[in-house]
Amino acid sequence: MGYEFDFSFIWDFWPDLAWGALETVLLSGASIILGFVAGAGLAVAKVHGSRTVSTLANIYVEAIRNTPLVVQAFWLFFGLAAMGLRMPAFYAAIVTLVINVSAYTAEIIRAGMESIPKGQFEAADCLALSRRQVLFHVELPQAVERVYPALISQSVLMMLASSIMSQISVEELTGAAYGIQSITFRGFEIYIVVAVIYLLLSVLMRFAMEGIAQLAFTRRRRLGTPL
Amino acid sequence: MGSSVTIAHYILMLQGMLWTIGLSLMGFVGGTIVGLPIAIGRISQSKALRRSLGLYIALIQGIPLPILMFLCYFGISVAGFNVPALVAAGMAMTAYASAYLAEIWRGSLQSVPKAQWEAAECLALTRLQRMVHVILPQAVKISIPPTIGFLVQIVKNTSYAVVIGFAELTYTARLINNSTFKPFVVFTVAAVLYFAICFPLSHFSRRLERKLKRA
Amino acid sequence: MTNIVEFHNVRKSYGALEVLKGVSLSVPKGSVVALIGRSGSGKSTALRCVNGLESIQGGELNVCGRKLHEAGVKLRELRKDVGIVFQSYNLFPHKTVEENITLSPRLTRGLSKAQAREVAQRVLAQVGLSEKAASYPEQLSGGQQQRVAIARSLAMEPELMLFDEVTSALDPELTGEVLKTIEALAKGGMTMILVTHEMAFAKRVANQIVFMHQGVVWETGDGRMLDAPQTPELRNFIGNGL
Ligand SMILES: Nc1ncnc2c1ncn2[C@@H]1O[C@H](COP(=O)(O)OP(=O)(O)OP(=O)(O)O)[C@@H](O)[C@H]1O
Ligand SMILES: [Mg+2]
Repeated sequence: MGYEFDFSFIWDFWPDLAWGALETVLLSGASIILGFVAGAGLAVAKVHGSRTVSTLANIYVEAIRNTPLVVQAFWLFFGLAAMGLRMPAFYAAIVTLVINVSAYTAEIIRAGMESIPKGQFEAADCLALSRRQVLFHVELPQAVERVYPALISQSVLMMLASSIMSQISVEELTGAAYGIQSITFRGFEIYIVVAVIYLLLSVLMRFAMEGIAQLAFTRRRRLGTPL
Repeated sequence: MGSSVTIAHYILMLQGMLWTIGLSLMGFVGGTIVGLPIAIGRISQSKALRRSLGLYIALIQGIPLPILMFLCYFGISVAGFNVPALVAAGMAMTAYASAYLAEIWRGSLQSVPKAQWEAAECLALTRLQRMVHVILPQAVKISIPPTIGFLVQIVKNTSYAVVIGFAELTYTARLINNSTFKPFVVFTVAAVLYFAICFPLSHFSRRLERKLKRA
Repeated sequence: MTNIVEFHNVRKSYGALEVLKGVSLSVPKGSVVALIGRSGSGKSTALRCVNGLESIQGGELNVCGRKLHEAGVKLRELRKDVGIVFQSYNLFPHKTVEENITLSPRLTRGLSKAQAREVAQRVLAQVGLSEKAASYPEQLSGGQQQRVAIARSLAMEPELMLFDEVTSALDPELTGEVLKTIEALAKGGMTMILVTHEMAFAKRVANQIVFMHQGVVWETGDGRMLDAPQTPELRNFIGNGL
């Protein structure tokens, strides 16, 4: 087929790739943390909220889960621009990702909450704990621990999905690749390299999140129970 | 600033939606053709086969779909062909769907109770006969709700074809927004169209799953 | 002598099913009452009414000076005075034994970490598990877990303890260690109501035995009542039970 692969240009552009990768990590890290908090809040609204609150939470979750992330990003980014509001693309990307991932996280945590045996709540009630105390000391910690593997997968998926933020001109890894491609015209090579970087990032991310689990779930660490 | 969104624009969006559906079907059909053998290979007795198929799945699942789109797009031209973006997008969707469908179906095959496999063995059936007559019918039933659930992912993720300029719904909406500068109208309509396809599928998948759990 | 619990003609239904059909019963301070009866006779329901896990639909129920038949009872306050232990231990699996015990004293009684630890050490000593403070529930035997559950209730310093078939899930040997713990509590003057199938234990420890049948107190008396049942239902129950 006569095509000659040439990866030599990578050495000229590695700082762009490094910055891109860093931006991807920051983007995903911030979105995972904020998305977790928002998702947990939504899960609580779904499970414990009044009828109105839980219906609203359900509508939100369904609306987000049944529309593409790209459309959400365009809606927010171009929408803000049309309203004359200037938000840096990086922050618009975080807001979109948090809105998006919170809906998925909510479903995961809700499933965790519903899998806790009823006896746990009865015991907590009988110990005179308030609803809030039950939530924070009994329900959420157990729910999150139970569904943590799903949260890891979810987070990796989100990191991969953040690549689409290049479309709203965020200079993350894919954006950087796009820039390099338009200078070097070595599209195939650059995307192979970037694919490998994403693979590494997904592996690193799993490691990092398993490390967090070791810190957060004392019992797992002490007893060596796998997630 | 900008002009208003006209009927012609809405018609364009509906056309985009048809391309979205078309690309989704390509992804699902292609994903099935590639993914089903992988699912079966993943439970074969050969460790090497299981490993290499596992590697394929891990690779595809560890690379963002937009990057897969680019790889197919540039890969095809590197190979010396000049084809429309549709082909590249279809290939990327096939690769993507095959990895996830294979995992879903492997799970379904493995959740057929052990006793069924053993019973089938006792009936002196060949491995192929066992698969076709005993295991598959049961696995198919288990696999339907998650497969339909994954269809939702396929439909939504065809929007990533926007990166290679394939004129599905999202790309069309973006073009219209560029000329009309009415992002809330344009992208809300696009979102509603996606929702109209995805929500019934999600809902159906959940209902089937609940029904299956009760049975 | 003051009564810590008084049932007056208490009625309780689940939907159309009336489970308690006029239960009357008093529990004086410091006494041990054993509830016995067939499955479905309403023992657990009666017990659960005492700490407000179930609400009643008729009659009067006074517990630790609170009128549970009236509206506006502060259930959380009631539960600081009334401890309960279930057949399934319901320990919090993600917390150590000590954290299980100190959780409520710290949150509901505002004890400092150090104070709560002291309480934990005291109640763990009471149930004979001082050395298990740092263990997790899954590392303990069923009997040990049940004793931790008892300790967790005791840490609330309740006036009254309720036990609902706390040994039913345990092997005979483990049953023995839990019963010993409860017996020691009784000797220490704790007021308690216990639902049990262990007739010998009921006879030895209880001041009063209450035989429930079809949602009412059918027969009651001290331990000797088991040797000389007055009603054919109790005679029948003991006959099958032993
Ligand atoms: N939450 C509930 N909803 C509906 N019915 C209930 C509920 N809890 C108990 N019942 C019914 O009330 C009746 C009395 O139940 P209860 O648990 O008090 O019996 P028990 O004497 O403790 O029996 P056991 O020895 O089996 O524990 C039973 O017929 C039971 O089915
Ligand atoms: Mg009972």
